[in-house]
Amino acid sequence: MAAKPRLKVPKSAAAGEVITIKSLISHKMESGQRKDKKTGDLIPRKIINKFSCEFNGKPVFSCDIDPAISANPYLEFTARIDEAGTFKFTWVDDDGTVIEAEKDIALS
Amino acid sequence: MKMNRRTLLCNAVKLAVVGAVGANLSKAYASAEDAMKKIGEFAGGAAPTEGRISLKAPEIAENGNTVPISFEVDSPMTEDDFVESVMIVAEGNPLPGVATFHFSSASGTCRASTRMRLAKTQRVVAIAKMNDGSVFTDARDIKVTIGGCGG
Repeated sequence: MAAKPRLKVPKSAAAGEVITIKSLISHKMESGQRKDKKTGDLIPRKIINKFSCEFNGKPVFSCDIDPAISANPYLEFTARIDEAGTFKFTWVDDDGTVIEAEKDIALS
Repeated sequence: MKMNRRTLLCNAVKLAVVGAVGANLSKAYASAEDAMKKIGEFAGGAAPTEGRISLKAPEIAENGNTVPISFEVDSPMTEDDFVESVMIVAEGNPLPGVATFHFSSASGTCRASTRMRLAKTQRVVAIAKMNDGSVFTDARDIKVTIGGCGG
């Protein structure tokens, strides 16, 4: 299932302002610890293992995620805005799928 | 010692309790050891000191599947003085690692929050590594009513 990320980024910010970014993506985050109730077999792990955020090509924040993060992983973090530009968000799934999203921000 | 039915019963209960607690402790200990190992690897030889990082989490988590957790590190976050990364470790989970956050000077502040799974009542530790190699830590005990790792 192609997960659609939800992002909350302000449309504009003053130069030097620190903004808060909220991100959420729909994902089961199968931990690899659960057993199938009928067969008793372990359900294989399938999680988002990496999230990263770049601003105008420069890394701002990233996170290595372990199975202990809840389903529909939610992350809240901050960024300092010195210029107008574009945020690029990337989520990496265990199966190699990469989900990307972008958000623009202007200077006010 | 006079042994009647009552003391016998009482002792049996005591033994059972000691046994259960002992078994529980040894299991938690193994995992705590794993957690310590993970923390040691992350710290890279530096001894973690308390302070600068503050971890926020509920005292009682009703649902172990989604426990809100956030932290903040006191740092100017400039080019020469910033927090490199913060690791969250849950000592009582089947796998102690929760997440590792990487920051940069463009982060502005060192602050993040997320939601995590907790298998049972346990201690959660946050470790912050500064760019100069010093390491700070904070921990919270969280009571979990329903565990979050499935069965």
